Amino acid sequence: MSVANPAILKLTVRNHPGVLSHVCGLFARRAYNLEGVMVRPVRDDKTLSRMWLLVNEEERLTQLIRQTEKLVDVVSVEQHSMEGSAFEATQEYFI
Amino acid sequence: MTDLATRPESRSTAHSKRSEIKGEPVTAVVARELSGAQLLIEMLERQGVTCIAGVPGGANLPMYDALSGSDIRHVLARHEQGAGFIAQGMARVTGKAQVCFASSGPGATNLITAVADAHLDSVPLIAITGQVPQAMIGTDAFQEIDTFGLMLPITKHNFLVRSAEELLEVIPAAFELALSGRPGPVSIDVPKDVQNEKIRVTGLPAAGTRQPDPQVSQQDVDELLERITAAKKPVLMIGGGIVYANATEHLRTFAEQMDVPAVQTFMGLGVLPSDHPLSLGMLGMHGAPFTNLVLEECDLVVGLGVRFDDRATGKVAEFCPNAEFIHVDIDNSEIGKVLQPVQSIVADVGSVLEKASNCLQSQKNSRWRQRVDQLRNNHPLLLDGNDELFRPYGAIAAVAELVDDNANITTDVGQHQMWVAQAYPFVRPRQWISSGGLGTMGFGLPAAIGMALAMPDRTTICFSGDGSLMMNIQEFATAAEHNLNLKVIVLNNNHLGLVRQQQTLFYNKNLSAVKFEQRTDFPAVARAMGMAGLDLSDCEDPRQALREALTQPGPCLINIPIAETEMVFPMVAPGGANKDMITSETSVCGPATAAGDQSPGASA
Repeated sequence: MSVANPAILKLTVRNHPGVLSHVCGLFARRAYNLEGVMVRPVRDDKTLSRMWLLVNEEERLTQLIRQTEKLVDVVSVEQHSMEGSAFEATQEYFI
Repeated sequence: MTDLATRPESRSTAHSKRSEIKGEPVTAVVARELSGAQLLIEMLERQGVTCIAGVPGGANLPMYDALSGSDIRHVLARHEQGAGFIAQGMARVTGKAQVCFASSGPGATNLITAVADAHLDSVPLIAITGQVPQAMIGTDAFQEIDTFGLMLPITKHNFLVRSAEELLEVIPAAFELALSGRPGPVSIDVPKDVQNEKIRVTGLPAAGTRQPDPQVSQQDVDELLERITAAKKPVLMIGGGIVYANATEHLRTFAEQMDVPAVQTFMGLGVLPSDHPLSLGMLGMHGAPFTNLVLEECDLVVGLGVRFDDRATGKVAEFCPNAEFIHVDIDNSEIGKVLQPVQSIVADVGSVLEKASNCLQSQKNSRWRQRVDQLRNNHPLLLDGNDELFRPYGAIAAVAELVDDNANITTDVGQHQMWVAQAYPFVRPRQWISSGGLGTMGFGLPAAIGMALAMPDRTTICFSGDGSLMMNIQEFATAAEHNLNLKVIVLNNNHLGLVRQQQTLFYNKNLSAVKFEQRTDFPAVARAMGMAGLDLSDCEDPRQALREALTQPGPCLINIPIAETEMVFPMVAPGGANKDMITSETSVCGPATAAGDQSPGASA
């Protein structure tokens, strides 16, 4: 993994058109690099999507999480370890 | 859109309540057939909207067709940006969410500046745009632009409505979002086929309203009071949050009982009357010397509804070097964004102050107050020329003397704005309205129109400059059309004055592109568009002429020539520390300061 100090965010978002733009746009305009994004509808609830974000852990991460929590279509944000994350299971697809 | 009733509990409380109401016949039992546009207008009426500023065009024709049958007053702006700022003026002066209309494509792009401005100053503006029919979206159709994408980074939230039925949820949600928590703009893009779609409606959902704010715990209030009591040199820092929370009375009681002096941010002006003994005026880049010096010495800063903007703090690392910070704000993401407080409270600042006022023991900070008064006496704000009509402070003082405290004041952006912020004797919140965060030249005239529309019983004064006024001058015609009681005072130096000032101070007097070689006759332009207009320098008795112009009802342009060499002092160089105040042209350290600018970008 090329990220020096990886942090993983697990988001639950409302499955709306435009929600991916809202989340990715927020990170872009606040000058925080997204190193990886994976998103799919939640298996048992199509009104929700699960979004996994891989970022570099910086001091500003708490601030970015707070900004993300403010987005109307974001239901929850939690920090997750690499272990058991979508990124751990899919590393072979990014060789 | 999915059935709301089956949606799982959302973290955001914004949507859960309405879901129970939807579908219940509230107003009518019999189903009625409405077009999306008719439904939209009816729901705006239901929201209490009485006045909409806008410009019609191809993609919002159905909305305008429906609007003509409504009691809602429409104000036809001459440019969509004007419409956006007219709605902003109404919203800022009333605290209510206000609506502007524009068509697709250029209509929408012209709104952008006003929406972005509302975003940075937390103004509840609802921008409703027409869009090309859904079947044509993505085909580069005539006047098609990705309005959703453009509005996304400059709104609290934005919608692209995909069916007439969705309007039932989107309209109340938009008002609820615009008004709840920290207010802000919401945009709604409505494709033309959605406006034309017929829908059978049996009832309308409840209007969207401000949702309850997060509450402060008693424990947090106790800690807040303990910290202020323990401090030897406390200062309150009052921001726009106090205005928006209607917390002025609680703030005044709190400050007086705790005997703590208060600095005001640009957005917080008016919360404490400028002659209040605890008022230290505006802090920051153009703050009074004593104001910034008090902050150098204080040991505790209590930020109340502020966001520690760079124009207020100067170089953050050197802001209040001896102080700890407490931060009270309704927006969790503001906590820790600029500086790390020792205590933070995420709650409605009004409820915090109310709760605190109920349990505080009044105290005296005599020694600190003496020291503050000493600084105030030794380092006052010098209002050079405030008895001369054709000088900035003198013109402002003359106007303030002639209108009473009922007058509402707005400005454009530039030197005149800072002079007014420094010197105008504000006495109440929402008396002062100005573009703070985005600093939009062209804000003043249309905002004044909105203020005058919303509060016809008050005189509205717009201080402007010759640079700013030109940026939305077409709205003279709108002001005349509605015969609004607004007065535009142009402090005219025929230059982009604040840019000229920065070039003079920080770029070796290399004056580049700041002079208007073609002078504009503003009174003539005003008259050509149906307003009264006069130039005080043409008047035999200018003070008498000013008096008459201000007291006669109706829109009027008053041109006051000033010298281009006038400057706003003190000034902290962009990126500099607030203690390093430039107080005259000769006191500048050198052009090197400009290179240290943390925040590039035009400040006109």
